[in-house]
Parts: sequence; C-alpha cells; structure tokens
Amino acid sequence: MSSQPLLHVENLSREFDVSKPWLNRVIERLPEQHLRAVDNVSFDIPRGETFALVGESGSGKSTIAKLVVDLIRPTRGRILFDGKNLPETRGREFITLRRRVQMIFQDPFASLNPRWRVGDIISEPIYAFDLTSQLKTSVTRRVEELLETVGLAGRDRHKFPHEFSGGQRQRIAIARALSAMPDFLVCDEPTSALDVSVQAQILNLMRDLQEELGLTYLFISHDMSVVRHMADRIGVLYLGALVENAPAQELFRNPSHPYTRMLLDAIPDHEMTGRKRKPVKGEIPNPIDPPSGCTFHPRCEYANDRCKAEVPHLIATASDHYASCFAVEEGRLPKAEAIA
Amino acid sequence: MNDVLLSVRDLVVEFPKRDKVLTALDHINLEVRRGEILGMVGESGAGKSLTGAAIIGLLEPPGRIAHGEIVLDGQRIDNLPYGQMRRIRGRKIGMVFQDPLTSLNPILTIAEQLIETIRTHLPMNEKQARERAVELLEEVGIPAARRRLDDYPHHFSGGMRQRVVIALALAGEPDLIIADEPTTALDVSVQAQIIDVLKRLCRDRGASVILVTHDMGVIAEAADRVAVLYAGRVAEIGPVRQVVKDPSHPYTVGLMGSIPSVVHDIDRLTQIPGSMPRLDNIPQGCAFNPRCSQVHDRCYRDRPNLIAVESKPDNQVACWLFDERASS
Ligand SMILES: Nc1ncnc2c1ncn2[C@@H]1O[C@H](COP(=O)(O)OP(=O)(O)OP(=O)(O)O)[C@@H](O)[C@H]1O
Ligand SMILES: Nc1ncnc2c1ncn2[C@@H]1O[C@H](COP(=O)(O)OP(=O)(O)O)[C@@H](O)[C@H]1O
Ligand code: SF4
Ligand SMILES: [Mg+2]
Ligand SMILES: [Mg+2]
Repeated sequence: MSSQPLLHVENLSREFDVSKPWLNRVIERLPEQHLRAVDNVSFDIPRGETFALVGESGSGKSTIAKLVVDLIRPTRGRILFDGKNLPETRGREFITLRRRVQMIFQDPFASLNPRWRVGDIISEPIYAFDLTSQLKTSVTRRVEELLETVGLAGRDRHKFPHEFSGGQRQRIAIARALSAMPDFLVCDEPTSALDVSVQAQILNLMRDLQEELGLTYLFISHDMSVVRHMADRIGVLYLGALVENAPAQELFRNPSHPYTRMLLDAIPDHEMTGRKRKPVKGEIPNPIDPPSGCTFHPRCEYANDRCKAEVPHLIATASDHYASCFAVEEGRLPKAEAIA
Repeated sequence: MNDVLLSVRDLVVEFPKRDKVLTALDHINLEVRRGEILGMVGESGAGKSLTGAAIIGLLEPPGRIAHGEIVLDGQRIDNLPYGQMRRIRGRKIGMVFQDPLTSLNPILTIAEQLIETIRTHLPMNEKQARERAVELLEEVGIPAARRRLDDYPHHFSGGMRQRVVIALALAGEPDLIIADEPTTALDVSVQAQIIDVLKRLCRDRGASVILVTHDMGVIAEAADRVAVLYAGRVAEIGPVRQVVKDPSHPYTVGLMGSIPSVVHDIDRLTQIPGSMPRLDNIPQGCAFNPRCSQVHDRCYRDRPNLIAVESKPDNQVACWLFDERASS
C-alpha cells in the first residue's frame, strides 16, 4: 500500500507498577497498584508530516515518546514503523530501524555527554550504526557539515558542551540525531527549556530541516501555540488516553472534546485579541486512581450518568476529526467558539 | 495619598569575583503603583529574580546593592538593619516563589503554617488566627477550606499548594506581593486559575503585585504595566497594551514576534540572532547592540537610558532610536 503511514500506533498501552515494596504490602495489607500511563492510544503519522501530542503534565506524552523509540516496551498494543514491528525484528533490520528513528530531548544540558568534544558526540552515531562506508566525505567533514546545517560553525567540533548556550546545545543534539541519517524524529518538548527568542530559532530550524530532508516528526509539547505552529495534526492526551485527534487548524477552529476546549480556553492571550473564555475548573486527578467512565467527567460541565459509567471511544465528528466524548456522540454539545 | 507604592531608583547590584566585579543589575529604574500588577518579563538571566531579591532584602552574599535606592511607602528600605527588614518582609511585602514545595514545610499542616505566620504579623490568639486562616484559604480559592486545614502539603496538588503559598504571603496583609514565576511550574489550566487569584487580590484588597515571569502570555493576561528587562537593564516599560501590541524597543519587538501565534498562521517566526550575553561579556553602549537589527554608531558608543516615547504616554524606552534631540 503506497499510502502506508510511516508510523502506525495501534491500541498502545503501558502500565507501571507503582506498588509499595512487597514487605510493606504484606504488612499493611495493600494490593498491588498499577498506573496506566498510556491507555489504548492509536494514531498514524504519514511520511513528511508532523504529528503533535499535547497534554498537561503526567498525561503520558513522554511515555509514548519512549515507547516509539523503544526505550521502553508496551504492555499491550504495537507500533509499526514503515510497516515493521521493532520488537519482532532481528539483526540488521533491527539496527536499521533503530537508526531511522532518533530522539531529541527536552533538556539539552543533560542529553549531551559533558566530557566528550562536540565532534565526538556528533560522530558517535556514525560509528555506532556503521555509516562510514555510506559517507561521501570523511567523518570529520561530515561532522562539520552537520554543524553548519544546524547553524553552528565547523570548528565548533573541538569544543565541549559547556562552552555553548542552551539553544546551541539543542542545535548540537539535533546534529547528533541527524548524523544517524534518520527519517523520523521524536522530539519531546525540544524547546521547553529555552527562552522564547531562542525557541523561535530552533522551531524555524526544525521546519527548515523537515523541508530539506523530508523528515517526519512526532512533536511533543504542552504549549498549544508551539504545537499549532509546528503540527499538521494534533492529538490531545488526558490521563494517558487520546481524547481528540484532528488536523491542526481544524482543532483550533472547531475543538470537539470538552477537555480540548478547556485547554484552548486556558491559553494566555498573549496577542491581547480579547477573545472570550470560560474559566478553567479543577485539576488533573490522581492517575493511580482515575475517575470511572470518561476520566474527564468530574471536571466536565456536560457529564451525565453515562459519562460516569461508560468509557467513550474515539468517533468521527467531522471528516478526519475524531473525539471520544458522549456529549459529542449524542449531539448534545454546543458548538465551540472558534479561537482562530 | 501618593499613588506610587514602591520606587526603585538607579539600582545597581554587583557580584564581586576574584579578579573583577560583575554588574548583574545595571541602573534599574521602576515604580509600582498602588493596586496595580507590574509585570516584569525577560529571558533567563535578565535580572528579574535579582530585582525581586534586592527589593525584599534577600540578596545572597557576596551579591550587594552597590548604588541606588529602594523606597517603599515613602520609607527607604535598601539600607535597613536586618531585624527591621525582617519585619517589613511578610508585613509589608509578601513573597511567592516558583516552586510551591520549597516554600512549604512538609512536616507541618497547612493550619500550623498559616497560624504561625498570621500570629507573627498580627495580634491574634490561636482561635482567631485559625478563623483567619480559613478566610485566607477561601480567598485564594481552596474549596472546603475548613476541612482541608489540617492536611499536610503533600495531600495537595501543585496548583493547590501554590494557592496555599499565596495565602501565606497574604497572612501579614502586605501592601506589595512579589511573585517570582508563580505559575511556571504549573500546567496551563492551573496557571489560568492562579492568575485569576492574583488579579482578584489587587482588585479586592488594593494590594500591588510585582509579577515576575518569562511568559508574555501571563503578562498579557495579568499585568497593568510591564517592564521588559534585558541584561540587567530595563529596556522598555509602559502600559501592558502598548508594550504587547505596539512595542517600541527593538528587543521587545523581536521578543513579541518570536512567540508563535494561536490565532494566525505564521510561516516563519521572527528570529533574534544570538542569545543574551553573560554578565562578564556585556557589550559597551547598548547591551542589545550585537543582536539588534537597527543598530547604529551611537549604540556601540553610548549607553541609552530610559527616555519617554513621544507618541505614547507613560511609555519609556532605552534605545537611541527614540532620542528626539538627536534626530531633530
Ligand atoms: N517509570 C515510571 N514508573 C512509574 N510511573 C511512571 C513512570 N514513568 C511515567 N510514570 C507515570 O506515568 C504518567 C505519564 O508520565 P509521562 O512522563 O509520560 O507524562 P508527560 O505527559 O510526559 O508529562 P510532563 O509534561 O510532566 O513531561 C505519570 O503519571 C507518571 O507519573
Ligand atoms: N550568586 C550569584 N553570583 C553570580 N551571579 C549571579 C548570582 N545570582 C544571579 N547571578 C547572575 O545575575 C543575572 C540575573 O539573574 P536572575 O535575576 O536570577 O535572572 P532571571 O531571574 O531574570 O532569570 C544572571 O546573569 C545570573 O547568572
Ligand atoms: S540603542 Fe541601538 S542597538 Fe540598542 S536597541 Fe536601540 S537601535 Fe538597537
Ligand atoms: Mg514529559
Ligand atoms: Mg528567575
């Protein structure tokens, strides 16, 4: 099938064991406790596009990122990259898949080895994935090219990470990811630790790279304005579940899920457009003991008895637009006021 | 009654190092009016937290005020002895910091912490203070406050803890509250609620707030006026609408353009090249000159001070482009 998405995520769940130690459990007669960080999540990312995941702290964004790059394995469900399920592959195929999917982390300070020179940091994937034979140039020249690609100077390869600012370090992290010649980048809050003027530089760079190299992004952020700027499609997470999935503009113009509407209402109006908003209610509940039925029901003004008892599933609300909400399903949700 | 509550004049804060002296705040000038929220924005390292620390007299040595004065309600407070300043903290100036966990004592209940703070500042007995604690918690929006009074901080969510911290800052009924990144550690939905609490404070009690943040959105939501800090100096100060919608200083213009929009499609964000200089590397003349698209000879030579912008009442900008005498 030619329209096969580059990434296909299917009924993905991941639980963590958060029980007290065995002895305490026995003495205090406590049951085992599991926290469902990712709850039956499905989405596709077509080649060359950016899919963004948004959600508040603890909604499961980073856990999905780690699952996609195979830092942790799913409890249930599967992830197909270019049609292949990574845990089922072996040998060369496994290594190639690993190479093609790279990750950029939030904290550019922690993600670079402070004792290595920048040149060694960037060339490491070239050796790890045995790419020297595929280079048209020397490894040194390749490192210099990569540094120039991300807006640094070739001679910076002699320096150590501490000699760079936060934004420059994030550029180095991007150069290292690119040196593996990936076609897919998982970016977990890549600009959250940066100042806005530097964030703008990095976001512009990422869009340029996507165009030049045909990259596909899974882009994670809690910042709705950043997400709107970067994404083709947006998935909204609440307590580990995907509650809405729509093209970026459509999501802002016509948000369906009450939680999405609440998130949009909470965005500070930095442009002072004077848009009207409803005040936000409540806070995210404890994920160890999530509410029954639709987990958003205690904060939702449209919740009825069904919402408290049954779990809603994603249904199409418009073409290519999905939300999991009984009020939407039953046609009793008023039309949203578009903010854009 | 004078409508200025706090004025900071030519404040210079230095850190002596082995071989040189670093100037972290370089002639900061600003005023806080009664009942207003003054936003203080800037990127990390601009000097926002230091300005707050200098005002409440909590600069960490060897940091020191090397020049200038801070006047609260007609009284100079930058040169007070420790004991006197301690009474002003809490009673006249309240503090709210970024991380609610570090401002609360984990082994005391909410009631114990509030009652102790209330009784330090106000002549009340235990029972009166307890009633006052309930009122304060209700004021900052804690539901079922009376029932939650004897809980410990860890029973509260992040947003609830920040409300408790604000309640603590209010305990002495101060005229001024300095809130340093009070919403930065919180989720957007909770952030909006905390901003509302701060706004209500000013409206209902006539208190003034200095709201320190790196988030222009928070400023636009909450502040009446805003001071934009860059490299330890005030680049621009004025009514929030003017600064946000019609910024004057090239740095403010760049800063506003670099924030992605939620209402418009933008292909490329405005980019300010480079990043803020470190303290040991602040350029001669205008500190913004290496990054400025409008830089000219004078910017490399002389340092611009705050000057009034002709067409904008109440706006001041530290940039040579606005020096009328030179251009006319
Ligand atoms: N190794 C782990 N053990 C136990 N619980 C975990 C673990 N990793 C994550 N969790 C829990 O899973 C949930 C989802 O966490 P995750 O880090 O994916 O959230 P997030 O959306 O990335 O949040 P943030 O915006 O704070 O980065 C949280 O409740 C978290 O506490
Ligand atoms: N104890 C200190 N010693 C030396 N420099 C300091 C100290 N504290 C703060 N600074 C410097 O002063 C400048 C302003 O800091 P700060 O007020 O914390 O910035 P902001 O709150 O705007 O991020 C920064 O360059 C910072 O590195
Ligand atoms: S003084 Fe000169 S360098 Fe500084 S902001 Fe104005 S034009 Fe730019
Ligand atoms: Mg995360
Ligand atoms: Mg600070």
